[in-house]
Amino acid sequence: MKKHTGLIMTALLLSTLFLQGCGEDHNGAGASNRSYEVTVVNLTNNQPFSPVATVMHSAAYQIITLGGTASIGLERLAESGDNSVLISDANALPAVSHTASGTGVIPPAAQETVTLTGSGTLLTLASMLVNSNDAFIAVNAIELGNLAKNETMTVSARAYDAGTEGNSEAASDVPGPAAGGEGFNSARNNRNFVTVHPGIISMDDGLAGSALDESHRFDNPVAKIIIKRIS
Amino acid sequence: MKKIITSVFAALLFATPVMAQNVSVEITNLTNGIYYTPLLMATHPESTHLFQSGTTASANLQAMAEGGDTTGLISDLAAISADISDNPAGGLLAPGMSASATFPKGGKNTHLSIVAMLLPTNDGFVGLDALKIPNAKGVYTYFLNGYDAGTEANNEVINGGGAPGTLGIPADPGGNSGTGGTGITTSENNMTVHIHRGVLGDNDLNGGASDLSSTVHRWLNPVAKMVITVN
Repeated sequence: MKKHTGLIMTALLLSTLFLQGCGEDHNGAGASNRSYEVTVVNLTNNQPFSPVATVMHSAAYQIITLGGTASIGLERLAESGDNSVLISDANALPAVSHTASGTGVIPPAAQETVTLTGSGTLLTLASMLVNSNDAFIAVNAIELGNLAKNETMTVSARAYDAGTEGNSEAASDVPGPAAGGEGFNSARNNRNFVTVHPGIISMDDGLAGSALDESHRFDNPVAKIIIKRIS
Repeated sequence: MKKIITSVFAALLFATPVMAQNVSVEITNLTNGIYYTPLLMATHPESTHLFQSGTTASANLQAMAEGGDTTGLISDLAAISADISDNPAGGLLAPGMSASATFPKGGKNTHLSIVAMLLPTNDGFVGLDALKIPNAKGVYTYFLNGYDAGTEANNEVINGGGAPGTLGIPADPGGNSGTGGTGITTSENNMTVHIHRGVLGDNDLNGGASDLSSTVHRWLNPVAKMVITVN
C-alpha cells in the first residue's frame, strides 16, 4: 500500500510539473499527439450558444452522465454560459490531455472552430443555449481515434437539460438576450439529474410568465459538429 | 434439352453482375399531419449539395421549400450528370406512406441527396445532404430531419402563397387547417438553412394566430425513415 501511495505521489508530482510547463496541454508535444479542428455550427433559429468548452480526454473522464447529477462546472455552464470552472476542473485531471474554449458567443447560423492537440482519443464538448434556464448542447465522449489524417466526420448534437434549475422561462431566470435574467445560482435547484431537454414552451404557446417567444423554440439536432484530424 | 439448360446457365452468368449493381432507396413519412410535396432524390458526386445546414439556401432550394417546385434543382442536377428520381411518389406523400426509387451503383455518383417540402409549412423541408452510399451489399436504415430553409418567416397563414418570396403557406392537403389566423411572426432570425423549430399551431379553426392545428400539424425529428438497400 505504501509503495502504491509513493507511485501515486510521483505521478501527481510529474503531472504537476507538466501542467506548469505546458499550460492547458498536459502532454506537451509528444510524438503520439494528434491535432483536431472542431467546428460548431449553430442550427437553431434563435438560441445563441455560449462560448463552447471542448475537452480532449481518455475514458477515465466523464463530465456528462445522463440521469446523473451535473457537476458545479456543468451547472455553471448550463445556467450562465460560464465554462471556466468546467475547463479548470478538467485541466486538473490526468485523464484530460487538452482543453480549449471558444472565443465568444456563437449566434444562430454562425460557427466557430477550435483546435485540440494531445494524446486523448475522446472528445467532449458543451455550450449553453442562452435563451433558456439550463439547456446545453453536448457531444459526450465521442471517439476520435478512427479518423485518418485529413479525414473529416460530422456529428449532430442534441440539447440536454442540466436539471439544476426549473424551466420557468421567466425573465428573472433566463440570462440570454431574450430576457437578461440571472445566470448561475447554486441554491436554486431542480430535480438534479441530466436529461434530454423537453424543449421551450414560450409565451406564444401559453406558458404564463415565459419571457421567451415562439422563435426561441428548437428541435434536435441543435448543432452540427465537424471534426477534422489535421495531424 | 441439355443444350437449353446450358444456355440458361450462360444467360444467368452474364445477367447476374448487371442486376447486382443498384441501390434502392425507400422513404417513409413519419409525421402525423404533414405531407411531402413531390420528392426529389438523386445520386451525385461527393462535392454536390442541394443544401448545406448553416449556409444560405440557393434560389432553387428556396423554390422547393416554399412552393414544392423542384424544376430548378433538377436542372442543377442534370447539369452535373446526376442520376435523378423526379417525383417517385407520383404526387404528394401522405403521413405514414412510402415511396421508392432505384439508382445505378458504381461510377461517379457516390452520394445521395433527398428533398421535399413539408406541407403545410412556410419553408420547411425534409432533407438529406450528400450521404455517402455504403459500398457493401446490405440494408441500411437512417432517419432524416426537418429543415427550415431560412428564406421565409414562419407566419403559419394558409393563403396560397407558394411562390418564392411570397409570405404564406400554399395549402393543407389533409384539410385539417383553419382560416383567419393573424400570423405567428413576420421575421426569421436564422436566415440560413437550419433545423426547423416545428410549427406552433393553435386550437382555433376560425382565428387565432395560426391556421395550423397544434394537435395535428406538430412534429418532432426525425420526420422520415430512409432504408437504403445496396444490391
